[in-house]
Amino acid sequence: MAQIFHRSANFMARASLLGVAVLAGVALTAVLVVARSPYITNQHVTRSQPIQFSHKHHVGDDGIDCRYCHTSVESSAFAGIPPTRTCMNCHSVLFNNVGYLEPVRESYRTDESIRWTKVHRLADYVYFNHSIHINKGIGCSSCHGSVNQMPLVLQASPLNMNWCLECHRNPQQNLRPKDQVFNMDWKAPANQEQVGRQLAAEYKLRTTAELTSCSTCHR
Amino acid sequence: MSVTGNLPAGHEPEPWIEPGHTYASVTDKISSAVLTRPLGIGWLLGFAFLFSIVMVLNLAIGWLITKGVGIWGINIPIGWGFAIVNFVWWIGIGHAGTLISAILYLLNQKWRTSINRFAEAMTLFAVACAGLFPLIHTGRPWMAYYMFPYPSTMGIWPQFRSPLIWDVFAVSTYGTVSLLFWFVGLLPDLATLRDRAKTRWQQVIFGMLSMGWRGSARHWHRYQSAYLLLAGLATPLVLSVHTVVSFDFAVGIVPGWHTTIFPPYFVAGAIYSGFAMVLTLAIPMRKAYGMEGFITLRHLEQMAKVMLATGLIVAYGYFIEFFMAFYSGNKFDVFLAKQRLHGPYAPFYYALILCNILTPQLLWFKKVRRNIPALFVMSLIINTGMWLERFVIVVISLTRDFMPSAWGRYSPTVWDYATFVGTLGLFTMLIFLFVRGLPAIAISEMRELVHEDSHGSEGHS
Repeated sequence: MAQIFHRSANFMARASLLGVAVLAGVALTAVLVVARSPYITNQHVTRSQPIQFSHKHHVGDDGIDCRYCHTSVESSAFAGIPPTRTCMNCHSVLFNNVGYLEPVRESYRTDESIRWTKVHRLADYVYFNHSIHINKGIGCSSCHGSVNQMPLVLQASPLNMNWCLECHRNPQQNLRPKDQVFNMDWKAPANQEQVGRQLAAEYKLRTTAELTSCSTCHR
Repeated sequence: MSVTGNLPAGHEPEPWIEPGHTYASVTDKISSAVLTRPLGIGWLLGFAFLFSIVMVLNLAIGWLITKGVGIWGINIPIGWGFAIVNFVWWIGIGHAGTLISAILYLLNQKWRTSINRFAEAMTLFAVACAGLFPLIHTGRPWMAYYMFPYPSTMGIWPQFRSPLIWDVFAVSTYGTVSLLFWFVGLLPDLATLRDRAKTRWQQVIFGMLSMGWRGSARHWHRYQSAYLLLAGLATPLVLSVHTVVSFDFAVGIVPGWHTTIFPPYFVAGAIYSGFAMVLTLAIPMRKAYGMEGFITLRHLEQMAKVMLATGLIVAYGYFIEFFMAFYSGNKFDVFLAKQRLHGPYAPFYYALILCNILTPQLLWFKKVRRNIPALFVMSLIINTGMWLERFVIVVISLTRDFMPSAWGRYSPTVWDYATFVGTLGLFTMLIFLFVRGLPAIAISEMRELVHEDSHGSEGHS
């Protein structure tokens, strides 16, 4: 009886067994890598804004405090986007005729808000509150990075759940004294572990079990 | 070791295969269903009907994915409903295949030979139907991969303390091992089909599936080691899978679920329903394909005996559930036991007792065990009874837990029925495809049986 398959079928059969295993491994690895890449997390992605607003200039060069514009950060879930009036406090007299600020003046004249593009977008099923973090000694730059160095704000952290939990499981590594919360250049001291524990007790932080409970963030 | 060893002289048992069969006649008979027999009008009409039922299943699942699990009759406090009832029912049915293939193989029970192949196929199809239910019950089946432990960006693992996660592993392991066992067992037969195939595409398909089997002594040697190893691997799974399924209930503190009797009586119930389903399928199949010579009356009787034995274990389980409820004096357990007898779902409980305990007592009589129509009807009754058992467990406990304010009622919607009937159609359609696409009885093992019948079973393994 004639052979059904050519001799090479033996090799093909073995090669395809190996090939399927390799392909599956590569595909799985690729999925895991892409899930952590900026393509999915938007980390380090700069977004264009209606006005070339530079945090580097306002915070870094001028030294304006975060709370001058983000007024509700200490008392509310939402840090607050300043109304055009806040801009006009200065820009009614400073640079009050340069072209690139015309959208600000137009917004002021027409009472129409400037439509900024949101940079830090959390999923709808995540409950996040700025004020609790600020009041328990987590500084702005721990999550937002060195905003005083950013000409255009970008997302400094991956904002995935693993990243949130890293801190919720081990908050003492990021706790600061209250007066350092808005310091953009804060660096953890060498004895941060010890300081952090003291601060955790002082701030009456919840236990890790409570901080990592599902319903702490998914309400 | 011989099965006939202890019988007195002059009391020769019937053979496990009709006398007069030769290697060639066995091979011809079994392979003809795949290779030569034309597709009859009966098969085509049956297939068309089942295919339309599968389309109903597609519609039901499509609508479920579009609208969410709200289209089912479930709502708090009844979060489980038909989906879990059907899951447990199907996975139970899936237990006979591996029991027949693995445990009876290790116990050297020759009668498994004629039924193991399609019992294993039945297992695979039942596990496929079973696996569908928890998947769609999650409401977001595209998120099902969350249940597997993989390095996710969430920084958490599945809840390993939950039996629902153990279920994922138990069922997927069971499905994988059953598939491997079935496929390894098929290898020599696939090669037979390849060699007898008439057309080029049949040669190629069976040739690829038989993975270069030539039937050399070395092939057989390795094949038998592999088969024995897989049988050893599959044996604990027969017990573990339904044990883990029972933990889904027993680990919860809901009255009527939180009992230690659950694992053994679930396993017995699974084998009970599995054998009932094997009978439901074997009786029409042997008739339609003229295989009465292979699946003899003695086989059917043997399966009836297994059903009787496991049915009695199940009955004991029901009794102990009741006894323990009153013996413990726990008022919630006592209340639940009474609810089974007097509550709104009491008719289901009485029907369950009738189907699962009372009717099968007829199997004590040899006349009933050897009466084919009676066995067929009995197998359907037992399948119904085992479905009712899961319904009683899920629905009565969930509608009557600790506080009256948390009580409720459950009634399935048309989509619940459509999904259930749809899986029945899917299961039967796969069986239809199987009997015409693969040898439904293990040819090589039947040839061994022919050999033993003509040379005596002693001294041959």
